[in-house]
Amino acid sequence: MATDSSLTLNSAHNGEMPTAILAGRPLTRNTGIPLNLDWVREVRVNTSAVERRAQTQTARRTVKKEWQAAWLLRAITCMDLTTLSGDDTDERVRRLCAKGRRPLQSEIVERLGIGELGIRVAAICVYHTFVETALGALEGSGIHVAAVSTGFPAGLSPLAERVAEIRRSVEAGAHEIDVVITRGHVFGGRWQALYDEIAAFKQACGPRHMKVILGTGDLLTLRNVGRASVVAMMAGADFIKTSTGKEPTNATLPVGLVMTRAIREYAQETGMAVGFKPAGGIRTAKQSLDWLGMIKEELGESWMRAEMFRFGASGLLGDIERQLEHFATGRYSAGYRHPLA
Amino acid sequence: MSIAEKFVSMEYGPAPEDAKEVSAWLDAHGRRFAHFIGGAWAAPTDGEYFETVDPSNGERLAAVAQGSAGDIDAAVKAARAAAPKWQALAPHARAKYLYALARLVQKHSRRLAVLETMDNGKPIRESRDIDIPLVARHFYYHAGWAQILQAEFAEYVPCGVVGQIIPWNFPLLMLAWKIAPALATGNTVVLKPAEFTPLTALAFAEICVEAELPTGVVNIVTGDGRTGEALVKHPDVDKIAFTGSTEVGRAIRAATATSHKKLSLELGGKSPFIVFEDADLDSAVEGLVDGIWFNQGQVCCAGSRLLMQESIAEALIAKVQARMSTLRIGPPLDKAIDIGAIVAGVQLERIRKLVEQGVAEGATCWQPKVSLPGRGFYYPPTLLSNVHPTSIVAQQEIFGPVLAAMTFRTPSEAVELANNTAYGLAACVWSESVNVALQVAAQLKAGVVWVNCTNMFDAACGFGGYRESGYGREGGREGLREYLEPAWVKKLSALSSQPSGKTNALLSAEAVDATANTTSGKEESGDEMESRRSAVDRDPIDRTVKLYIGGKQARPDSGYSMEVRGADGRLLGEAPLGNRKDIRNAVEAARKASGWGKATAHNRAQVLYYCAENLSQRGAEIARRLAEVVGEKQAAAEVEMGIERIFSYAAWADKFDGAVHNPPFRNIAIAMNEAIGTVGVICPREAPLLGFISLVMPALAMGNTVIAVPSEAYPLIAGDLYQVFDTSDVPGGAVNIVTGYVAQLLKTLAEHDDVDALWSFVDEESAAAAKAMSVGNLKQVFTNEGRAIDWFDAKVGEGRWFLEHAVQVKNIWVPYGE
Repeated sequence: MATDSSLTLNSAHNGEMPTAILAGRPLTRNTGIPLNLDWVREVRVNTSAVERRAQTQTARRTVKKEWQAAWLLRAITCMDLTTLSGDDTDERVRRLCAKGRRPLQSEIVERLGIGELGIRVAAICVYHTFVETALGALEGSGIHVAAVSTGFPAGLSPLAERVAEIRRSVEAGAHEIDVVITRGHVFGGRWQALYDEIAAFKQACGPRHMKVILGTGDLLTLRNVGRASVVAMMAGADFIKTSTGKEPTNATLPVGLVMTRAIREYAQETGMAVGFKPAGGIRTAKQSLDWLGMIKEELGESWMRAEMFRFGASGLLGDIERQLEHFATGRYSAGYRHPLA
Repeated sequence: MSIAEKFVSMEYGPAPEDAKEVSAWLDAHGRRFAHFIGGAWAAPTDGEYFETVDPSNGERLAAVAQGSAGDIDAAVKAARAAAPKWQALAPHARAKYLYALARLVQKHSRRLAVLETMDNGKPIRESRDIDIPLVARHFYYHAGWAQILQAEFAEYVPCGVVGQIIPWNFPLLMLAWKIAPALATGNTVVLKPAEFTPLTALAFAEICVEAELPTGVVNIVTGDGRTGEALVKHPDVDKIAFTGSTEVGRAIRAATATSHKKLSLELGGKSPFIVFEDADLDSAVEGLVDGIWFNQGQVCCAGSRLLMQESIAEALIAKVQARMSTLRIGPPLDKAIDIGAIVAGVQLERIRKLVEQGVAEGATCWQPKVSLPGRGFYYPPTLLSNVHPTSIVAQQEIFGPVLAAMTFRTPSEAVELANNTAYGLAACVWSESVNVALQVAAQLKAGVVWVNCTNMFDAACGFGGYRESGYGREGGREGLREYLEPAWVKKLSALSSQPSGKTNALLSAEAVDATANTTSGKEESGDEMESRRSAVDRDPIDRTVKLYIGGKQARPDSGYSMEVRGADGRLLGEAPLGNRKDIRNAVEAARKASGWGKATAHNRAQVLYYCAENLSQRGAEIARRLAEVVGEKQAAAEVEMGIERIFSYAAWADKFDGAVHNPPFRNIAIAMNEAIGTVGVICPREAPLLGFISLVMPALAMGNTVIAVPSEAYPLIAGDLYQVFDTSDVPGGAVNIVTGYVAQLLKTLAEHDDVDALWSFVDEESAAAAKAMSVGNLKQVFTNEGRAIDWFDAKVGEGRWFLEHAVQVKNIWVPYGE
């Protein structure tokens, strides 16, 4: 489809998010809708069929050569470069921010002829403690700071504290808040409670973008994933996100398929666009191409942008760098040749 | 275009598979191929070649030999010569060859995939990920069968030399489906690939050489329909296996009628794709993509009729259209192409014409805005809505990427619409309710039912059709049976020609059909009057034997009777002279008695046991009357063994059950033995009672309804039998008995389109007639080939061989997982 340079990240910080387009219909930012329990209950997911589609989709599509390079660059610009470890320090976060600003060595940038694109990651994703550090390190870069919040990763601290946590991060200047849901609400079918919780988070976020982490590795069934996705969108999620990275399984393509289909359905029914963020377990360039391909097939090109799609990843960038260097030089690369994140 | 521009557009870009290796292979053969006969390349005797082209660009790939009758003869001779040694090999030795073939297919997998795509036009994604892996899987699976064949099929022997004719839609896969089971069971093969796509078969010939397969075990003769015809008609071929159009299938059935060639046919389809309102609609749409937009829709089991529950029809159509817009159509060697080229110009033209006709009949045609390549044979994915069952696009197999959509209101209407076709190959059911899905699956007339999935194939699961989609199965245990025969069958001697009695020629067919109630006007001789009197004397009150139709005794439509005489020529009585109208009525009654097939197997067993009980009670009088024809000794034996045989089939009724296959997916594939439906049975002369029981009882036990024609030697047995049925809770119409001239009744049964199978166990001419006249609806014909079966020997006259012919296998695939 026809696109222009506004689809690059350069427009990401002018306050207004460009909306996505579905089947030619421009969509608006999600403001949520009242909880529709009939819709939630009617969600049907056939696990075997979804797995089959996920499996064959990656075999049906591939990108090669310059196209592959372009797609990998796009993957970088959709990346929430993440560090969420107990041993994180200010210095570690600053190093990550530096990598986010210059994800590729200038030699590769030159060889690929992409200087004009100003390739950099979409956001740096950290605990609240490091929001200030990250903001300082990223000043002037246009890169967002995302804070995980609400008792991440379990999400089991008292609701008031979780909401207060969001407020603190917003006050600290975080652009995006990644919240986690109470998984027990899903198991218990307490959709109203889930809705109210997320709506409360949304209110605390204000205009800041809220990514709702479903913890799909905990939810276990794809039907649960589908229902939780719908409730999260109804409650006003700007993004729905697969995982904290701390569950036993993280982002898988079948889960992604269920969530993107839910996003499509929601857009069709409401005219509002919700973004998608798979997180955890995405470590290779090939995986990033598979995910982008799935977004293109299920939601279309307008979702293949940082405004609507993010990878939550830490190790992915290194592999993309190696692949791009290989493309630029024709030689296979080694990890140690690329600056550490 | 720079990387920066590509970064903005996010197009896929080209991803061509390299054809260099295959081009080099073609060049190494001088782009000219001979037949593969007796382990060596053999130039066509007529020196004739034809060209095979790449349908994606029209470029010539190679010249291929046109097989003549002489070439076929040479190939059959080679196969015949190789047969004894091949059959005598130890199971393990044959298993090793099949294993080697599987390994070699894998070693050459990419070359085979690329060659297949170039010759056929199918996307490389499909040939690489589906066709070729399934080819290897088929040889692996059957290597296993070769290994354990003797243990598992102890009483069976191979057919001998097998002629196999395969289509162009899955060239190498169909070759594997044919060759692997044939070799595993000890047959030798002459295979004719389709003229549009002969190249992978020739590449496979090289693999046979590489595997050091004994020469002559596999022979490949290329050519067009004439070559196939020569193979079908060759007198020294023991079995024909054909996959292709129903039209050609009919011709093959007719051409092989007078021979003893075993026959399996895998023919066309117009398979329903049923979506219920509680289905996962997005997944159902992907199922459609795998169904009708797989292999450009050139799939015999393509889900070409979309049946949608009304409540979700609009939403589903919108989703289908959106999905169609993301299908990529283009050069099939591109790895990111969903729809490649149609195999040939003539096929493309046929698709165009059928779609035009469908639109002229009122269908709405929708196609996504896609650009087609400038050259080559391409047809865009197409959705026809507003289609009604009367439309040509709802009835005829289009064999292209064209979906015809209709709606239904209730599950029973879905079944009715789904079964409203002469075909019965496959069906899909999408519903999240296991109750709905399995209930519908059980009612569909189709050899394969996929629940919440589409076009799943595996060597462990039988594939094949109901109705005019053919007979026989490929894959699974049921597939092996097509290449085996019970050892004793081939040893049977021909039936001695029996005096047919003067009854046969007494009345013309016209007279039998006539309803005028006149007598023949022929004066009776004194002797005949005497013997008539004696017949009357035997029972104090005149005993009138009638036809038995729909559970009631019925006078024959003709109003005529036929004389029945004893061994000594004495008149024993008169049997009703049934005609075509009686057969018509009997078939109608049999069709109406479908409740018999739905009764539980336990219930059917009870009824059969009860029949045995009642036969036992009347045994003495029945034997007394039967003795007049077959002598006292045989009569007593027939009654005694008859009771025992009914017990056997009552025992089998709830034990001849199906299987659960183990394909390499997370699902259960249920192979169900289903009744065939209405079965016409022409009963043997040599044992009027026991022969009747030996054929009718297995058919009944499996839930079929029967129209039986008793032997002309003693049709009066009908009177005894229906007394037994009447008192044994056999539901009306489950068994119908029409007596009369066998040749005429057989003809009516064979030509009746509502008769699903015909069993003929009289002379060889009747067997041939049954086969030849069955082509109308391609009913399944089961005969003794004019051989004498010793009904008094339970090893021969009873058991699995009969039961296997009384059922057809339906494979229901049910994936699971939450």
